[in-house]
Amino acid sequence: MKTTMQVFVCALLISAAPVWAQVTETEQTPAAVTASQSQTAVTTDTGGDTSETNQAAAKSAFESAMEALAVGGYSNKKKAIDKLLELGDERALPVMVEMADRQTQHIKVDKKGKRLIFVLSDSEGVDAVSGAKLSLQGLSLSKPRVNNSVVSRLKRAVAQIQLGSSKPRVRRAGAKKLVEKADDSFYDILSDSLGKETDGQTQAYLRLALAKLDLGGSDDAKRLAAIKTIESTAAIGLMAEIKKLLEKDKDGNFLVQAGDPVRQAAEAAMINLESRSFWYSRVRDLIFGLSLGSILLLMALGLAISFGLMGVINMAHGEMLMLGAYTAYTVQEFFRSAMPGAFEFYLLAALPVAFVVTAAIGMALERGVIRHLYGRPLDTLLVTWGISLIIIQLVRLSYGAANVTVENPTWLKGGAELLPGQIFPYARLMAIGFAIAIVSLVWYLLSRTSLGLKVRAVQQNRGMAACMGINTTAVDMWTFGLGAGIAGMGGVVLSQILLVGPNLGQSLIIDSFMVVVTGGVGNIAGTIAGAYGLGVLDKFLEPVVGLAMVKVCILVLIILFIQWRPEGMFPPKGRAGET
Amino acid sequence: MDNFSQSMSRLHGTMGWTAIAVLSTIGIVVIPVLNLAVPDGSFFHVSDFSVQLLGKYLCFAILAVGLSLIWGFTGILSLGQAVFFAFGAYCMGIHLLHNVVAGGTAVSDLTVLSMMDMREMPWFWFGFGSFAYTVLMVFAVPGLFAYLFGYLTFRSRVKGVYFSIITQAMTYALFLLFRQNDVGLGGTNGLTGFKTLLGFPLEASATKVGLLIASVLALLLVYLVFRFIVTSKLGRVLTCIRDAEARAMFSGYNPLHYKLFAWVFSAMACGLAGALFTPQVGIINPDELTPANSIDVAIWTALGGRGNLSGAMLGAGVVNGAKSWFSGLLENVWPILLGLIFVVIPIFLSKGLISLFRSKTAKETA
Repeated sequence: MKTTMQVFVCALLISAAPVWAQVTETEQTPAAVTASQSQTAVTTDTGGDTSETNQAAAKSAFESAMEALAVGGYSNKKKAIDKLLELGDERALPVMVEMADRQTQHIKVDKKGKRLIFVLSDSEGVDAVSGAKLSLQGLSLSKPRVNNSVVSRLKRAVAQIQLGSSKPRVRRAGAKKLVEKADDSFYDILSDSLGKETDGQTQAYLRLALAKLDLGGSDDAKRLAAIKTIESTAAIGLMAEIKKLLEKDKDGNFLVQAGDPVRQAAEAAMINLESRSFWYSRVRDLIFGLSLGSILLLMALGLAISFGLMGVINMAHGEMLMLGAYTAYTVQEFFRSAMPGAFEFYLLAALPVAFVVTAAIGMALERGVIRHLYGRPLDTLLVTWGISLIIIQLVRLSYGAANVTVENPTWLKGGAELLPGQIFPYARLMAIGFAIAIVSLVWYLLSRTSLGLKVRAVQQNRGMAACMGINTTAVDMWTFGLGAGIAGMGGVVLSQILLVGPNLGQSLIIDSFMVVVTGGVGNIAGTIAGAYGLGVLDKFLEPVVGLAMVKVCILVLIILFIQWRPEGMFPPKGRAGET
Repeated sequence: MDNFSQSMSRLHGTMGWTAIAVLSTIGIVVIPVLNLAVPDGSFFHVSDFSVQLLGKYLCFAILAVGLSLIWGFTGILSLGQAVFFAFGAYCMGIHLLHNVVAGGTAVSDLTVLSMMDMREMPWFWFGFGSFAYTVLMVFAVPGLFAYLFGYLTFRSRVKGVYFSIITQAMTYALFLLFRQNDVGLGGTNGLTGFKTLLGFPLEASATKVGLLIASVLALLLVYLVFRFIVTSKLGRVLTCIRDAEARAMFSGYNPLHYKLFAWVFSAMACGLAGALFTPQVGIINPDELTPANSIDVAIWTALGGRGNLSGAMLGAGVVNGAKSWFSGLLENVWPILLGLIFVVIPIFLSKGLISLFRSKTAKETA
């Protein structure tokens, strides 16, 4: 247990750092972030570091270059690209990136207006220069005309502008792209930039990009150095490049002869990288397992508490989660329409709202229905199943049967690259952190507050607790509300990871029951161990036995497990176990 | 002979036997005649559709009687009845497809298997060409599976809601498994495209009527066997386990054997129901074994009256009848209504609809 907790704490710390770093950086350079995160985003902000006078002078040059890019001939286009490169204006980046992609549907030319337009939808677009929204009705739009040499000029210019940027974030994103995309024609740009580069991460990307090009070359010294670079930075993504060196050509001869030092180095590097890649995948499975475990935990915690206290199996518990997720959606829509400025923070507002909404529904259910059924657990199971059917149908009628879109706020988009080439979505990392926070809170409530004392007293001996003056019905109600509220907040977290639809709860309820079965009745430590155990087991089994067999395997393991420990992982001792 | 009539009267009083005789006659004689002999336009004509629907309800009634034995009499709420139903149904489905492949031309062979992304029949289809083997499997597969699952869970004294949710997990896991294309059971589409059963074309009215009669007889058989079980001494032990398992144990009965007995018998009844379901409905797919379907069986039984075999049949008929009627009229309201049945029955009418009749008529032998 102790070691597991330590792992969680570490994971929390690791996950918190990049989130914080990203948030602070976002505040500094909003334009750069949008430019690097979404290539189609339109940036109108020139950034804080261009002085006013420069901007005024550059403006007309920029505008005329953009006009040439829109309607000029091929040679004029090339000139315009050179001009834009000279200006180093990052506003041109989204346009240039899109134009270099010949399949694009995102950018169109308005010949009459001599301008480029980003297409947002069938009827709406954005002017590439001014950033103003405009209607596409009545405009005749065509694809930008480019040929091969314009495209290659564009690609070079994009790389040069990005690597020459004053913002480390833009340079980093540009260098990262080049690791995949660069061909030999970029060699000079890459080595020039590497000389000037000061940011460590960007340097590493540039070295990798160069190493990849060197591997394909014929200079043995450079190839050896390249293999070393790739091996030392553990660039799993470039394994395929090294593997190419070990392959045979069409005639069955090795590309690099046996005994060649390059071959030896490549073989050694492959062994090293393969074992690393194996371990990275296991770490990945572990973290994804922990995040799944966190979701199960948020759900099973309430189930376990109400089952331990009242002997009630609440089949509608999954619907509390679903209602929490729909609350997140409703709050999101409210923020979107009422205060778009604070949209980034809707998720934080949704948490307490979801807690209150679902806790209130939970308490109403307890008062209205479930208390009539104490002592009849099987009947409670049927009744709560009926309630869940009703809630699902009501949600379906009011929100529609299709999934609703709950957006990630910017600070939860993307992921942290904790290991080379392994990206862990912030939303999943947040789920882990949030689950830890909630478990600590519940633990505090149960062990350090008077409500917790009463809950434990009722759980141990209901009749005796009542004799001592504890209002057991009130305790039941509050506990049930608490369990439902936790599930509601879990739903908000879940809305950032899974698709939100009316059946969200039903898809998770069975797994969380399994957590309760493995963990033991009303046992918080058991529930935590069960949730993370099953979550991690699920993700570790998935690559081995396949998605469909995972549930079957886990069920078989659980059935075998209860042969050994029929009362769950941490069975209650003594007479408490006999009830 | 005395012995026989004694055991007959143990099962039911005169009124009970009369009711059984009347209902069976309706199913075996009246409806077939109304369907086959009475002309199409006549007021008394029973359409093929109704025959099929009635046959389906009878299968569900068998399912409900099966649950009643283990829930109502033994106190084990199984949420896995749909699994056993599906086992029986898929066994029959494989047999029917075997008929298509074996009896038909090369074209049908090709379409049936290629529809399911298969080149040849999976290994476990072997033997299903024979009807006798299929019937054996219809009972053996659910029975053996139930035995294994039940042995492991009952042995570790899993009971009450624990057992319920583990069976629910079992249902869910198998649902996911059956949906896979590479399992050899047709994936999400399931098995369909059946043509003949024992040489009779499934499309023909006479075959449909034949299947209806088979369903009536099957229900009658299951009902009588179960009635025999619950009125015997064995049944008393089952009831004892339901009400006070510890006391049964202290009196020298090992609950494991009794529970397993009831559980396996119930599973085999479900398998039989499934086997009759497939040819009448013409398709079997994983949707029949969702956890939701399994819980529905519990509400049929609870609505009719748990701890009462005829109540279970009544409940299956009422809920499914209401479902067919409502999904035509008010599709959106049905789930809410079903949910309300789930909520209202255990709270206000925990003995089920049958208790309403019971209080009026004289008390029959229990």
